[in-house]
Amino acid sequence: MIRWLLLLMLAVMPAPGPALAVGDPADQLPNPALEERARVIGRELRCMVCQNQSIEDSDADLARDLRRIVREQVAQGKPDEAVLTFVHERYGDFVLLRPPFKPETALLWATPAIALLAGALLIRGMRRRQAAAAGPPDLTQAERDRLAQLAGRPRE
Amino acid sequence: MSEAVPNPEAAAWRRRALLLAPLAVAGLGGAGFYAMLRGLGTGDYDPRGVPSALIGKAPPDFSLPPLEGTGLPGLSAADLKAGKPMLVNFFASWCVPCVIEHPQLMRLARNGVAIMGIAYKDKPADSLGFLKQRGTPYARLGVDQPGRVAIDWGLYGVPETYLIDKSGIVRWRMAGPVTEEILDQQVIPLLRRHA
Repeated sequence: MIRWLLLLMLAVMPAPGPALAVGDPADQLPNPALEERARVIGRELRCMVCQNQSIEDSDADLARDLRRIVREQVAQGKPDEAVLTFVHERYGDFVLLRPPFKPETALLWATPAIALLAGALLIRGMRRRQAAAAGPPDLTQAERDRLAQLAGRPRE
Repeated sequence: MSEAVPNPEAAAWRRRALLLAPLAVAGLGGAGFYAMLRGLGTGDYDPRGVPSALIGKAPPDFSLPPLEGTGLPGLSAADLKAGKPMLVNFFASWCVPCVIEHPQLMRLARNGVAIMGIAYKDKPADSLGFLKQRGTPYARLGVDQPGRVAIDWGLYGVPETYLIDKSGIVRWRMAGPVTEEILDQQVIPLLRRHA
C-alpha cells in the first residue's frame, strides 16, 4: 500500500527541469550574459510580499518592479554589489536572502554552531554517565575467595 | 574521573535538576510569551512587521504630480519638513484594507493632523472616485502610478503609513491598515511625542 502511494507520488511529482523564469519575457535583457547576471542578483533578493521567495521566483507585482529595476541597473553597467546595495538601502536587511553578519543577526548566524555544541556536550555527558553505570565495582579478593568456595571448586 | 564511583549526592542533585528542567522551560516560555503579548499590546512587537529601513532617516527625494480634480497640490520631499509632525499615507482605490483605515485618517484630519497622500499604482480616475465617495483626509496628494517613488520609500504593500517628525525625520512606519486601536495606542501618542 505504502509502496503504491510512493510510486503514485513520484508519478505525480513534476520532473525537475530547467528553472523557469517567472514573469514577462519582454522584461528580460536581450544580452544573455547580462540577463544571467540580473538573475543571479535577483536570487539574492527576497520578495517582500511573499517573503519566502526570491524576486526571480515570485509573481508578485512588487517583485516584477524590482526585477525591472535590477535589469535596468545591470544594463546601465552598475556592478552587482551596487545593485544589491540599492535595494538593501531601501528595504533593509530582510530583503537580503543571505543576511549580513552584524550584532542584530549574530544569534541567527550562531544558532547552528550553538545547536551542534549543545548536542556534543549532551552526548559527552550521556556517554560518561553510561560508562559510570557500566557495571558494579570489581569483587574484592575476599569476595572472590568466598564465591569460589560456594561454587565448590578450587580457585585457579 | 571521579564519576567512576557513583556519587549518590551528585545523582540526587541531577535527578532534582531533571525534575526542575521542565518547570524552567515552561517558565522561560511563559515569560517570553508574556513579553510577546505585551509587545503586541503596546505595538513594540509586530510578528508580521518588517522594520522600515527609513526609520531615523529623512525620506527619499521625490516629486509627484497632483491628482487632477481634487484641487490639492502635488507632493514632494520638500513638503515633508514643515516644523510639525505629519503622516504620509500610501493608498490605492483597489486596496481593501485602505477602506478599513479610511475613517481613522478622516478622524485625524478633522483633528488638524496633516496627512500627505500618495496614490500608489492606481488609475487617477479610480483614486478620485475613492476620495469623492469616502472623503479626502489629505492636505497634499501625489500620484505615483508607476510605483517607483514607493520603492524608494521601501514600500511593500498598501496601505502603508509613515510618521514624520517636525524636523522631517521618519520615526514610525505601519505596514497595513491603521485601525482604531493603532490610532489611539500608537499614532496619537507618537504625534504628541514628536510635536
